[in-house]
Amino acid sequence: MPSKIFEVYARPDFPEKLREHVVLSLVALLVAVAIAMPVALMIRNTRVGAAIAINIGNVGRAVPSLAILALALPLLGIGFASALLALTALAIPPILINASTGLREVNKDVIDAARGMGLSGGQILTRIQLPIAAPVIFAGIRTSAVQTVASATLATFIGAGGLGDLIVEGLQRRGPEILLAGAIAVAILAIITEIGFGALERAFTPRGLKIAQKRGN
Amino acid sequence: MSNPGLLFLQDVLQEPTLIDWEWLRENFWEDIVPALQGHIFLSFISVAIALVIALPIGVISARYRKVYPPVTFVTGILYSIPSLALFAILISIPGVVIGPAPVIIALVAYSLLILIRNTVAGIDSVPPETIDAARGMGLTNRQILFRVELLLALPIIVAGIRIATVTIIGIATIGAYINGGGLGVLIFDGINRQFPTMIIAGAVLATAMAIVADLLLLGLERYLRPWARAKRT
Repeated sequence: MPSKIFEVYARPDFPEKLREHVVLSLVALLVAVAIAMPVALMIRNTRVGAAIAINIGNVGRAVPSLAILALALPLLGIGFASALLALTALAIPPILINASTGLREVNKDVIDAARGMGLSGGQILTRIQLPIAAPVIFAGIRTSAVQTVASATLATFIGAGGLGDLIVEGLQRRGPEILLAGAIAVAILAIITEIGFGALERAFTPRGLKIAQKRGN
Repeated sequence: MSNPGLLFLQDVLQEPTLIDWEWLRENFWEDIVPALQGHIFLSFISVAIALVIALPIGVISARYRKVYPPVTFVTGILYSIPSLALFAILISIPGVVIGPAPVIIALVAYSLLILIRNTVAGIDSVPPETIDAARGMGLTNRQILFRVELLLALPIIVAGIRIATVTIIGIATIGAYINGGGLGVLIFDGINRQFPTMIIAGAVLATAMAIVADLLLLGLERYLRPWARAKRT
């Protein structure tokens, strides 16, 4: 069985499917960050804005990923565009929720102190709020990234390719090795994404925060 | 009206088959109600089984701290395996046939991380003074666990159940692909027949179900946390 699985990985179309999967996930994630971050920055100082963002995020979380993908189908038809639209819509809520709560939960005393030291609004944002909120923001991006890689597996159902193709092919042709090859590849990709973005999260945590975390603050 | 995107959207909206009300009326009892029932069954049974497994593991993890990191590591890996992949892996195990069983196994696997994490967090949130007081009143360790710790941890545990339930309702739709039943049946049939009405019916009902479950469990969480309610008002 294992050797049969490796035969699937040696197939000429495997790199293509892997590439489709990664490109689809990555583009969706980047577009989602590009949409969610400016919105989070804009609403960071308004209570109503944050409440709206969190509610939109929560409703977004309740819509099943398969449903979003399937709903994109009548709008944009079969293929990459539909999948990209759906995956982007799925990736936005966790980033938006984390970024807006992360920015809002920066200690007011710290901001006061920064203002007292003569920092401008822009400086407070880039030197105080963003670094302190960075771990929370990156945690949101990580959640989104893992979820996007997972949901990209479903892109096969709307004809947008990716590693899900192998799972479907394996199921239809009753080829357990094809099915397992696809499933294992997707699972490994998701776990790599989780670990990779976890490392990114730690890399962007300011040193001072890490020391505080160690002390148990 | 020169914007092609707008024209296209107008086209789609005027498409008479986007929502075919007649189909919905005719197939309500035959297709839609069974799909909804199946979905409720799948989600409910999965969360129930997951709770039975997660609560003891959570209690043990809270007591014996060394157990906790490996438990979160294993359940964390399970949690990050994409659902279609996990379904596929499960049905390639000899003896596991396609149907509701592998779907339920996968849904249970997904709930474990959230439920265990919240059980531990809930027990951790109990102030040590409260436990001291209980001990001073002569309660045994077992009584402290059931009457004090788990009771005070309940709101946080319910918060975990809430997140797990919403997650599971979403993932359960994909289970239809391996004959698990539920609302995913409508979505997949809709895709195969190129019939948006079925897709929309499945999607809207699954979303509504998730939101209703979310609100119900949020209500329960607030009810179990009277001290927070008092503080808020």
